[in-house]
Amino acid sequence: MVNLKINGIAVSVPEGSTIMQAAKLANVRIPTLCYLKDVQCVGSCRMCLVEATGARGLVAACVYPVSDGMEVRTNTPRVRKARRTTLELILSTHKKKCLSCVRSMNCELQKLALEYNAEEDRYGTDHDLKPIDDLSASVVRDNSKCIMCTRCVAACNNQTIGAIGPKNRGYAKVIGSPYDVSLAFTPCVNCGQCVVACPVGALYEKSAVADVWGAIVDPDKEVVFYTAPSVRATLGEAFGLPVGTNVEGKMVTAIKQLGDVKCFNMDVTADLTIMEEATELLARLEKGGTTPMFTSCCPGWVKFLEHYYPEFIPNLSTCKSPQEMFSALLKTYYCEKNNIDPEKLYVVSVIPCTAKKFEISREELGGYTDAALTTRELAKMIKEAGIDFANLEDGEFDSPFGIASGAGAIFGATGGVMEAALRTAAFKLGGKGAPVEFTEVRGIEGVKEADYTVGGATVKVAVASGLGNARKILDAIKSGDKEYTFVEVMACPGGCINGGGQPYVHDEVRNNVELKTLRAQALYDSDSDNVFRCSHASPVVDTIYEEYFGSPNSHKAHELLHTTYSKRDKY
Amino acid sequence: MSQNLFEGTAEQMSALMVCINAHRNEKGALMPVLQEAQNIYGYLPAEVQTVIAEELGVSLAEVYGVATFYSQFTLTPKGKHKISICLGTACYVKGSDKILEAVEHELRISCGNCTPDKKFSIDSCRCVGACGLAPVMIIDGEVYGRLSPADVKGILDKYIQD
Repeated sequence: MVNLKINGIAVSVPEGSTIMQAAKLANVRIPTLCYLKDVQCVGSCRMCLVEATGARGLVAACVYPVSDGMEVRTNTPRVRKARRTTLELILSTHKKKCLSCVRSMNCELQKLALEYNAEEDRYGTDHDLKPIDDLSASVVRDNSKCIMCTRCVAACNNQTIGAIGPKNRGYAKVIGSPYDVSLAFTPCVNCGQCVVACPVGALYEKSAVADVWGAIVDPDKEVVFYTAPSVRATLGEAFGLPVGTNVEGKMVTAIKQLGDVKCFNMDVTADLTIMEEATELLARLEKGGTTPMFTSCCPGWVKFLEHYYPEFIPNLSTCKSPQEMFSALLKTYYCEKNNIDPEKLYVVSVIPCTAKKFEISREELGGYTDAALTTRELAKMIKEAGIDFANLEDGEFDSPFGIASGAGAIFGATGGVMEAALRTAAFKLGGKGAPVEFTEVRGIEGVKEADYTVGGATVKVAVASGLGNARKILDAIKSGDKEYTFVEVMACPGGCINGGGQPYVHDEVRNNVELKTLRAQALYDSDSDNVFRCSHASPVVDTIYEEYFGSPNSHKAHELLHTTYSKRDKY
Repeated sequence: MSQNLFEGTAEQMSALMVCINAHRNEKGALMPVLQEAQNIYGYLPAEVQTVIAEELGVSLAEVYGVATFYSQFTLTPKGKHKISICLGTACYVKGSDKILEAVEHELRISCGNCTPDKKFSIDSCRCVGACGLAPVMIIDGEVYGRLSPADVKGILDKYIQD
């Protein structure tokens, strides 16, 4: 152990710790900008500069290792002046259109500038406006606001995509794709981890808010919303509620107050996905189809496979994602049942995800979804409507797509789809008394493996979240090192609860709490509180099959609930 | 992607592969491979960067980032005759910017580019250590000193006829 003092407070930390880690133990806050836990630690922004004995100048606390007897000062005039100058230099090349910025009041640069009394024009405003890249279906980049922290680049590299990087040098340096090509024409998978890593307004989703407002007031449109499992676990954060607060009831009330709209529960088609996917898996195993079978709920993962591992396309389940199943169901079954012209039904999905914005444009899915809103966009609409979110009464999802199982709820966390599928597969093979909890596949580790015996057969499963981890599993399967029956992949680390469309969380929070675990817990709690734990037990799913599809994987189910994939070029 | 039509030969590609294989699995392989690729092709075409990215298992964004960071790398093809005009301090005060202008005017391309017939390319450099001869221009390694803009046409004519 190393003993040192931070602002006079004695702390003892393991050898190799950084000043930042030691300061945390002393409850001393050091500001950061380029440092983001689990994403990047490079010491380049110089916001975390501190005085340390034995060091020549000021040192970056996020990377500087502690030594025995070191005395660190984080709050001297010299330190404050250095941080302020750094901020003022960043501001001199920043497009300071703060009032209309997507990150206004939620911007890490704005917050620090205020704390350090930085003057926005001390060094003038010396920048050319750079073109905004908004050709991608999911992510918009405004490089005039970029502060070169490279958190987005690190997030993209952690996903092993590397669609963006720093280009050129000095004042000409920008972050982007090679050769000024838009992100839309790169092998970007639209996961949006770059967006949630950005401290400022340089990256944001392609907004569908204006379209949805337009549809709500259009007398010829009937607007229906449905919300993905994880949105209820995070939406509260946008209204100042603690991380991990389940706001399902308030969310439903808020959506219904946006206008004359219905609000359904996407957990229903999570259940439907399980019915289709579990049936498909058992059929593959019986008929000797391609295994291991891969889940197909995550559009980031699907596009990743199409670009980088097209040889594994036959392994992907043919099931559409819950979003696309829901929209197909609404424009067929729901319209027929309620005598609605499908042309007049405007379907809005609320998702934690930027990749789902791309997914709705995939032609093979039939174009059933009219708009996909991220959790952030929904929060924006609720604020714009003047709704007092925190004080709303709890509402209930509309019938007939209101009730779902706990298995549907946990779809939003890594391992959730696997566990939901195992519950139904175990029941199908083992009958009543089959287990419902498969805790080995829970938790936020990047790769999880387990062997289960269901109905006398051994099922080897693997769960990956984060595309770097998916790559490890794929390479192990390819080389023959590993054999699995069923593999679940979610593109975002931790799954949808940490999706690219989730509320912005400042580095200060992200660096200090286990965001993914807290958010996931909200879903597991809602699962254990649910009277229906398994997808096959959901009465709504029963009705849908009885009235429309007949049985899972029926001809009609294949037509509406399943899809195809195709190889995509990388360059 | 690239504005220039890529005209690489099979020999060039096999030379590139020899270099890539020599550095494969080496830490920091990108730099020497890019240097050799530029020696082989005279510049770093997009197609070559793609091959390097694929073979070394790094992203194209990283390759492009390195190629655009260092001024010794170029993304535009070079001509048969490579013209370099010194814009270092001594040459500059002796009017080398006017020499550059005269060359650009004569060849109808701007600095950093190559003529459509691929005969000439113009670049600027910073000090070649011949300040006594300022202003200085170098064509294919041959140094021309104490120039005035009026000298440019006559010098270029020699190469045009070549």
